[in-house]
Amino acid sequence: MDISVIVSDALRSGIGPIAAVYALAAMGLNLHFGYTGLLNFGQVGFMLVGGYGLAVTVATWGGPLWLGILAGLASAVVLALLLGLPTLRLRADYLAITTIAAGETLRLFYRSSWAEPVTGGVFGLQRFANEFYALSPIPRGTYGVWLVRFSARDLWVLTVGWTLVAVTGVLLALLVRSPWGRVVRAIREDETAARSLGKNVYACKMQSLVIGGVIGAAAGMLQAIQVQSVNPDSFDPAVTFFLYTLLVLGGAGRILGPVVGSVLFWFVLTFLDSALRQAIDAGYVSPELISTSEVGAVRFALVGLALILLVTFRPQGILGSRKEMLLSGR
Amino acid sequence: MAADQASSGRTPGTAAGPGGTAATGRLAGVAPEPGVRKPDPLLVMDQVTRSFGGITAVRVGHLEVQRGTITALIGPNGAGKTTLFNVVSGFDRAAGGRWWFDGHPLTGRPAHRVARRGLVRTFQLTRTLARLTVLENLKLAATGQRGERLLPALLPPLWRGQERQIEERADEMLERFRLGPLRDDHAGTLSGGQRKLLELARALMARPVMVLLDEPVAGVNPALTQSLLGHITELRDEGLTVCFVEHDMDVVMGISDWVAVMADGRLVAEGPPHTIGRNPAVVDAYLGRRHDEPEATEEE
Ligand SMILES: Nc1ncnc2c1ncn2[C@@H]1O[C@H](COP(=O)(O)OP(=O)(O)OP(=O)(O)O)[C@@H](O)[C@H]1O
Ligand SMILES: [Mg+2]
Repeated sequence: MDISVIVSDALRSGIGPIAAVYALAAMGLNLHFGYTGLLNFGQVGFMLVGGYGLAVTVATWGGPLWLGILAGLASAVVLALLLGLPTLRLRADYLAITTIAAGETLRLFYRSSWAEPVTGGVFGLQRFANEFYALSPIPRGTYGVWLVRFSARDLWVLTVGWTLVAVTGVLLALLVRSPWGRVVRAIREDETAARSLGKNVYACKMQSLVIGGVIGAAAGMLQAIQVQSVNPDSFDPAVTFFLYTLLVLGGAGRILGPVVGSVLFWFVLTFLDSALRQAIDAGYVSPELISTSEVGAVRFALVGLALILLVTFRPQGILGSRKEMLLSGR
Repeated sequence: MAADQASSGRTPGTAAGPGGTAATGRLAGVAPEPGVRKPDPLLVMDQVTRSFGGITAVRVGHLEVQRGTITALIGPNGAGKTTLFNVVSGFDRAAGGRWWFDGHPLTGRPAHRVARRGLVRTFQLTRTLARLTVLENLKLAATGQRGERLLPALLPPLWRGQERQIEERADEMLERFRLGPLRDDHAGTLSGGQRKLLELARALMARPVMVLLDEPVAGVNPALTQSLLGHITELRDEGLTVCFVEHDMDVVMGISDWVAVMADGRLVAEGPPHTIGRNPAVVDAYLGRRHDEPEATEEE
């Protein structure tokens, strides 16, 4: 059993492209849930329309990369409006129900044989990000320090990914610290009070839904680019719940909450995965108890356990304040 | 019925309210009858009704609130006072009726538009924004903030100056309401009375033309109540119109220029405060129509 391999795997995952994708998607969700109090259970739907907007434009219609990116972002705006217009005037639960259904409906729609000529159906679309990789200034080879090494390709994706996370973080920080952010946080606390002070709650919630959704779409595009492929089944509803997990882990309503949460989530998940595999290989764990093929499921069970402990002992997450969390307006 | 009883009331209103300002003086000639026209009404309600399932919570024929006065709205529990506030301020949908504010029709307007017109309300059960600080609660209420629009929000230089002015005004308000020491605390840590104060201060931050206060001093200690009432009269003297719901008769008698009484959803009486207690319709409203009967049986 080689500890350095385990640590290396975990570190690579914690700062790798997928951690950046999840951090970004969770930042959008943080604006919805952490700042505005919107219960969006379909963030994966925004990732899906983002990823497919790019893939379809480039792979199916032969458009350029920039047009694909615009199409992905525009799809997210449309989706947010479609979800928000009928539900944002109603109680919070209606948005929750609608978004969870919309995410799953979108996935089934994009994988249907009817949509196959455009979306590739169950096979998805591939090889639409060549233009992105051609832009890379990083020469071929592998790079890294200590135990962590990345290929030039992954290094390029994760550089762009974390840059996007940083820029989004700065913009969000500006927004939530502005008077607009104050209105949004007031809506989270008590939208009736906000209305009584002349705030257009509906419009503000809609703006928040659109911005967070567009950030989710950007994450979806980054994910699509990273694997050079989109497939409907990688936009499973479980993704949204991982996003909530890492958001709660890092601290909802904190700008860096999703970032800390995502890094830690992927670090721990990969650590468990790698450690279990090594333990089985080395004979510390009997293959009859857990076989290598079951490791994937077991690590999620352990993550679930960790989440239960977290919610019990530190419900406010790593960056949150427990005192603040327990306050109520009445 | 009630109208007949009220208009037969012995003492027609002759005195102005305790403030005795120009505006309140003009109520002097107004007859103490429910639905009576006022010389300069700011808020006018007509045939406002609202029912919940079987019960009609509000059916107010006609009610006017005189500009620049303090009007108390009283009545037993469940009389429909809060529901009337909810309808007029856009938080509840009326079954029928129309209402105007400063000459503009407000019927069916959404709550935030009503507030932007200058009619701001507070809530019987306070609605403080728990995870915002006391200062943020106040700053939120300022109107016409440039930084509340999405794109300018991203460019602090566009709104920083205005923000500074708002903060100065908020700090003055905090002093006025003795909330200064709590400035940077989360509003969720405040006591019940402090929340009442914060809500009133917050409503005033919006620079309203008129406020609808639902039991503004319930749960506030007597000394602070006195100073609060002092502020309210001062604000009236500066031109603010106040309509408030209150159960404490000392408070009602102390500061109001005019009293309107609701019972069972209806407006049953109106008049200057010192006449209202003798109004038979009011006595009926509070003690039940046959209020002398139980006493008689008690003597048996
Ligand atoms: N949301 C509601 N659903 C059903 N009935 C309601 C609702 N709101 C108020 N009512 C009913 O309407 C009537 C008037 O209630 P309202 O709250 O306006 O009384 P109020 O005069 O403010 O009383 P209080 O002095 O106790 O605050 C009551 O009979 C109440 O039960
Ligand atoms: Mg009430």
